[in-house]
Amino acid sequence: MSLTSLDATLWLAFVWLAIGGAGFLAPRNYFYIARVLFPLGALVGLLLAGVALDAVFHEPVSRVLPLGLPDLPFHARMDALSAFFLLLTGSVAAGISVFAGGYFRHGEQGTLPGLLCFYYHVFLASMALVLVADDAYFFMVAWESMALSSFFLVTTDHRHAEIRRAGYLYLLIAHVGAMAILMCFGALQGGTGSYQFDAMRAVQPGPVWGTVAFLLALFGFGAKAGLLPLHVWLPEAHPAAPSPVSALMSAVMLKTAVYGLLRVTFDLIGSPVWWWGVIALSIGLASALFGIVFAAVQTDMKRLLAYSSIENIGLIASGFGLTILFRGFSMGPLAALALTATLYHCINHAFFKSLLFLATGSVLHSTKERSLGKLGGLIHRMPWVAWLSLVGTLAIAGLPPLNGFVSEWLLLQAFLFTPGLPHAYLNMLVPVAAGLIALTAALSGYVMVKFYGVVFLGQPREAKLAEVQDAGLWKRAGLLWLAGGCVALGLFPLTVIGLIDEVTRPLTGFGIAGQSAASGWLYLVPISAERASYSPLLFLLVTSLLIAIAWLGVRLFYHGRMRRSAAWDCGFPYLDSRMQDTAQGFGQPVRQVFEQYFRVEQTVPSPFDPKPRYAETASDPLWHWLYLPFARGIMRATGLVTVLQRGRISVYLIYSFVTLLALLLFVR
Amino acid sequence: MTSAAGLAAQFAELILAVLLAPMLTGWVNQCRAWLQNRSGPGVLQPYRMLLKLFRKEVVLAHNASPLFRIAPYVIFACLALSAAIVPTLSTDLPLNAAADAIALVGLLALARMFISLAGMDVGTAFGSLGARREMMVGFLAEPALLMVLFTASLISHSTSLATIVGTLAKNEFVIYPSLAFAGVAFTMVSLAENARIPVDNPATHLELTMIHEAMVLEYSGRHLAMIEWAASLKLFVYSCMGLALFVPFGIAEGGDSAGILLALPVLAAKLAVGGALLALIETLSAKMRIFRAPEFLGIAFLVAVLAMLVRVLLES
Repeated sequence: MSLTSLDATLWLAFVWLAIGGAGFLAPRNYFYIARVLFPLGALVGLLLAGVALDAVFHEPVSRVLPLGLPDLPFHARMDALSAFFLLLTGSVAAGISVFAGGYFRHGEQGTLPGLLCFYYHVFLASMALVLVADDAYFFMVAWESMALSSFFLVTTDHRHAEIRRAGYLYLLIAHVGAMAILMCFGALQGGTGSYQFDAMRAVQPGPVWGTVAFLLALFGFGAKAGLLPLHVWLPEAHPAAPSPVSALMSAVMLKTAVYGLLRVTFDLIGSPVWWWGVIALSIGLASALFGIVFAAVQTDMKRLLAYSSIENIGLIASGFGLTILFRGFSMGPLAALALTATLYHCINHAFFKSLLFLATGSVLHSTKERSLGKLGGLIHRMPWVAWLSLVGTLAIAGLPPLNGFVSEWLLLQAFLFTPGLPHAYLNMLVPVAAGLIALTAALSGYVMVKFYGVVFLGQPREAKLAEVQDAGLWKRAGLLWLAGGCVALGLFPLTVIGLIDEVTRPLTGFGIAGQSAASGWLYLVPISAERASYSPLLFLLVTSLLIAIAWLGVRLFYHGRMRRSAAWDCGFPYLDSRMQDTAQGFGQPVRQVFEQYFRVEQTVPSPFDPKPRYAETASDPLWHWLYLPFARGIMRATGLVTVLQRGRISVYLIYSFVTLLALLLFVR
Repeated sequence: MTSAAGLAAQFAELILAVLLAPMLTGWVNQCRAWLQNRSGPGVLQPYRMLLKLFRKEVVLAHNASPLFRIAPYVIFACLALSAAIVPTLSTDLPLNAAADAIALVGLLALARMFISLAGMDVGTAFGSLGARREMMVGFLAEPALLMVLFTASLISHSTSLATIVGTLAKNEFVIYPSLAFAGVAFTMVSLAENARIPVDNPATHLELTMIHEAMVLEYSGRHLAMIEWAASLKLFVYSCMGLALFVPFGIAEGGDSAGILLALPVLAAKLAVGGALLALIETLSAKMRIFRAPEFLGIAFLVAVLAMLVRVLLES
């Protein structure tokens, strides 16, 4: 009997579980956990990526597992969509696990390392199982294990009240979302009572049940992905978790939600209606703009990255919405283009965001500091981390020739076709949407300059930063792997699109790989050569050639004299590190331009104060307008119920007596 | 895809841009001097300045990182490449297949990112202030620029600059109202991006108002020369982009070598007129407060979106 890719994946997921279990053998032995188990987990990730890479190009396989309830066995299936997301999971997890091998070490507070190793690998395995689940039951079991294991990972450092609070918020929203997903499957089974995905595929839900299912899916998966207005857990949970976990959550877990959306919309429902796309597009654009504007004013580096995740998920959701729009109007090739951009952005975001989260992890480890206001100048002390994160910084800012640019470019190309939509209002609104995407992309450049400049450049803002150590070998290896991924994904778009093509073909009926390679292996041509083409390799080659010529030219004719001296700064001699821009200062223009979207609280000192302190916080207005009133409503409702709770046994006895009487009267 | 004539045109464009860009800056300064009743230093002054800077030694701050020293070359290379992408002499450019209008915007953003990072590197108050302001102007101007290019690309159904310019140059007698809006937006964006009045003043060293100059304060010698050269190139690129989009006549089509020879004086004439107009705008307007810059660029963005809507609604 030959081992199919699905069997291999399931085995690898169980190996992850076993590695997690092995953590209990010596739960306090850091060397064993960090240097043996985590690298083993990384190896499994690599193998999984290899299996998935092979499976993308093969026919779907499915099987029934000898697990589950007696009459309700687990079904699993591997098709190109699952395989693509498994590839993402495996390859990113490999880098993160190697990094984690250097991250967890002696003297950390909180959860035991063995327990941490267990949760971590259960988290990984459940994400892999979510991607291959083929019935609602298995899917929900895996989905919930994912939510629970990540909850325990978020609350690793559970001695701090705010971390427990962040974990609670995360758990709450995860479960509200999970309920919506469960109901979505209920709407999809279409009265057959069968919860296998095969049965759901066979049933064509009418427009009403289809819409109900789609909206529930958007709500449920959107809660996991961090779409507006269910994003509030993200900026709380990501900073609370240890950095490898934040990286894993942001890079992979958010993508499982995207996977769920794609699976339900294009596979289980099958025929989306065009106006669903408008909803997804609007929510996506709102999230993207909201995320990046808020990222610009953050002062905690992990919160900044968390808000930037909201932005990227927003971009992905916009691409998803655009795909539905094109699909709804039967413009198959364009739907394939939009879906390609969406999937490409998924894998890009997985690589650069995990790279940046791990970089902040290294900084946090070395400096014990995550407030941007207390860092600075780390490029001198931590050159490895600094230069590798420069790659991630440029990639996430969407700059050529790195990977972020390719997906944004494809997305914008797809948007440029929207005037062809056969709908009078849409083709007006959608170009405006392209403008918003452009604004978001430009703002992300701003945010990334702030992030990189404040952390790595300038003078160290604290004296202790002069002593910090660069990341160790394990961490460097993890960062190097992810940075290499960013570069490779940017330089070889045709290979990646060839892969994505296998996914878009079953979902939209079309692929863009054929015409993309029409002008030769060097050029990416999504539609036609007259329309647009881009060649990252040529781009990089010419740019580096020009840099080399400029440098050599100057070398050749220049005497090369150089002198080190104090900074000039317009002749001001008393320069110190506190005169640099702080993170707050750097965010000020954005705060001012988008002032009405923030809820700003300022405390201004009195002019006679000998030690003036100026404080300013910009908080999320949605929290105040939506969540707090909602929570207050719940509290009020429960307050009404507590009237019954008297705390006296005689009153409770009367309750039982009245109940008994009522039952006797009415039921008989 | 590539022909020998195309390669030759590509090289000619690149070298011409790199060599002539400082002259355009000199011409604008000269015109400004004339308009202000000064005699002016002549159009060759930027070359003299570059030569002077190249002769000087570099004085580097103690905590300048390698990034600070690499950045001038990266910025220079980015702008030289963008000068090669914008069709100035011919539309048969091999590099146009490698990078389209969106990649051009990305390239300019890359240069901006590096100059801002370099500005923050030494850790002076002015450096980070300049970087912050530069990025603010950038995030407001970049989407407007993209919208302008999108409007043009909706007309020609292509984001390749060569195709855009080719299409626009061929339809001589069609007037596009959308391009009029786009032209206004583009002018506003280029004023801001090139650190000209009314957004920034290229001649200022008054600390509190400067943007571009604040970022490059710590540079000296060869590094400063590269930065200054790159700034001239940027002005050249934006001027050529404007000319190519809104006055695309006289650019050689395909591999027409006689056309290239003819295109050169046409380009020079167009640049001379454009530079004089820029000097006129700068002389007639006053520099705004920095807080007004978002409004200025917000208007540019809205006008650019309007251009796109006009294109979609009225012209299709």
